[in-house]
Amino acid sequence: MPDARKSRGGAAPATRLLQLRYLAHARSGDKGDTANVGLVALEPEYYPLLVKEVTLARVTRHFKGMVKGVERFELPNLKALNFLLHGALDGGGTISLKTDAQGKVYSTALLRMEIPVPVALARRLAPRS
Amino acid sequence: MTAKTVRVAAGQGFWGDWLEAPVRQVKGGPIDYLMMDYLAEVTMSIMQKQKSRDPRYGYARDFVPLMERILPDIAAKGIKVTSNAGGVNPRACAEAVREVARKLGLSAKVKIGLVSGDDILPRLDELLAKGHELRDLDTGRLLTDVRDKVLSANAYLGMAPMVEALRRGAQVVITGRVTDTGLTLGPLFHEFGWDVNDWDKVAAGTVAGHIIECGAQSSGGNLLKNWRKVKGLENPGFPIAEASADGTFIVTKHPNTGGVVNVASVTEQLVYEMGDPHTYITPDGVADFTSIQLAQAGKDRVRVSGIRGREKTDKLKVSIAYFYGYKAVGTLVYSWPEAYEKAKAADRILRARLKDLGLEFEQILTEFVGVDSTHGPLAGPADPEAPEVQLRVGVRSKDKAAVERFTREIAPLVLTGPPSVTGFAGGRPEVQEVVAYWPALIDRTEIEPFVQVEVLDA
Repeated sequence: MPDARKSRGGAAPATRLLQLRYLAHARSGDKGDTANVGLVALEPEYYPLLVKEVTLARVTRHFKGMVKGVERFELPNLKALNFLLHGALDGGGTISLKTDAQGKVYSTALLRMEIPVPVALARRLAPRS
Repeated sequence: MTAKTVRVAAGQGFWGDWLEAPVRQVKGGPIDYLMMDYLAEVTMSIMQKQKSRDPRYGYARDFVPLMERILPDIAAKGIKVTSNAGGVNPRACAEAVREVARKLGLSAKVKIGLVSGDDILPRLDELLAKGHELRDLDTGRLLTDVRDKVLSANAYLGMAPMVEALRRGAQVVITGRVTDTGLTLGPLFHEFGWDVNDWDKVAAGTVAGHIIECGAQSSGGNLLKNWRKVKGLENPGFPIAEASADGTFIVTKHPNTGGVVNVASVTEQLVYEMGDPHTYITPDGVADFTSIQLAQAGKDRVRVSGIRGREKTDKLKVSIAYFYGYKAVGTLVYSWPEAYEKAKAADRILRARLKDLGLEFEQILTEFVGVDSTHGPLAGPADPEAPEVQLRVGVRSKDKAAVERFTREIAPLVLTGPPSVTGFAGGRPEVQEVVAYWPALIDRTEIEPFVQVEVLDA
């Protein structure tokens, strides 16, 4: 995996890009032409990292060309973020011709996203990647 | 003396869910209520279609033989049943269940309650004439745009008529479009005598209802976290909300069942179909999902507490279904080598033929199953060594003849297109009618006076 070392004020720890699948689990569903993805930290201590790195801008870029707009909500009580992906279902419900007309697996599509993670944590979570 | 708890068990999470679940909920351990949710967004239109063909139908018909299986236990144990299986014909459903009770000699013992008044299809023109626009909540379009194509229109009712039916002694309450969560809220408000303006209690019951309304999806089914470790799904334990008078509750399942109830399984269900988590709107109140606290409280027990709510709105949601057009999906499987290249070539040929025939479609959608059908471009480039790729082409049109002709263009590709093709044993694709969903809002005051609660005579 590529290195994403960042020097914030020179002293920030080195980071590496890691797929969200190592940090979170997720479930998605639909409302009309909108899919939602609830992204839940696999361990409570990963939640601040998700809050910081799984930003509206990053998720919008991740789904570019697949959705028409994104909203982001934080649920610190559940260690979860909720994303609404508008226009994600090609009309949605019964109109959509898509295999995933009800957005059931948009959840796993978000888990493909990579975020910068401190190297030590990344090594522990995905030693071989 | 232990404080009173009320156990509401989920029996069905949707129309088509596992038929053994309600039977095992009734027999597998103590429960007070069996809650069965049958209605999804377009279910009402399917039922409306069935009713228009035969006025005796229009409800979830498999509910009746199911009740026949569980009524003896329900009568013996005093378990109450709440269900929106009534669809667009709750009276016919309730009468069919009463017939079953009579046949079993239980009609004097098990009273059947009936909640109706959600169906506004007969009043639609009157409501439009009064100035209710019933705009599509998603697109803002006026209902008059599709008025002549409307197949069903139902307001989402809250818990009040359910509570009333239970108060009058009904043991099985059959409703039309009562919200999924209302099927759980009703029992809790009836049992605990909560004030319907206690918004935190409304929110707590709503969250309990939301957690169990999709059946095993909160007790290990479809659970992504550590999915390999979820054991015993041959016999999944459906969820049970064990509620206390203070508005807290435990989510659990019967002993000796598979699946798992843990913080992860409940959390995944909580975020399922979530919108703005601060504002989960039901007919009975507004729940704030950012207030929910979860804690493991033993094996397969999750404690849920801290839930806050806000006052109900003055609108009710209306679920309208209208006839949209036709669609069909055709598939073929191409094998190694160059499976994806072959499937792409077949798609090009198919599209050229459809164009030559001058067929009009609103949309032609091509997906390559095994390459991009669920994750699109995020899946990355196709594996050139993929053992097979399924070509999946869907079309949609207002013109039935165009869709029908499309269904005849798939099979010819087998002998007139790229090689190494198979997977056509299923025959020609089926032309499907598209019934679309139109969510709207209406003033509560237009609906609530029409809601009826009855308890049928034995």
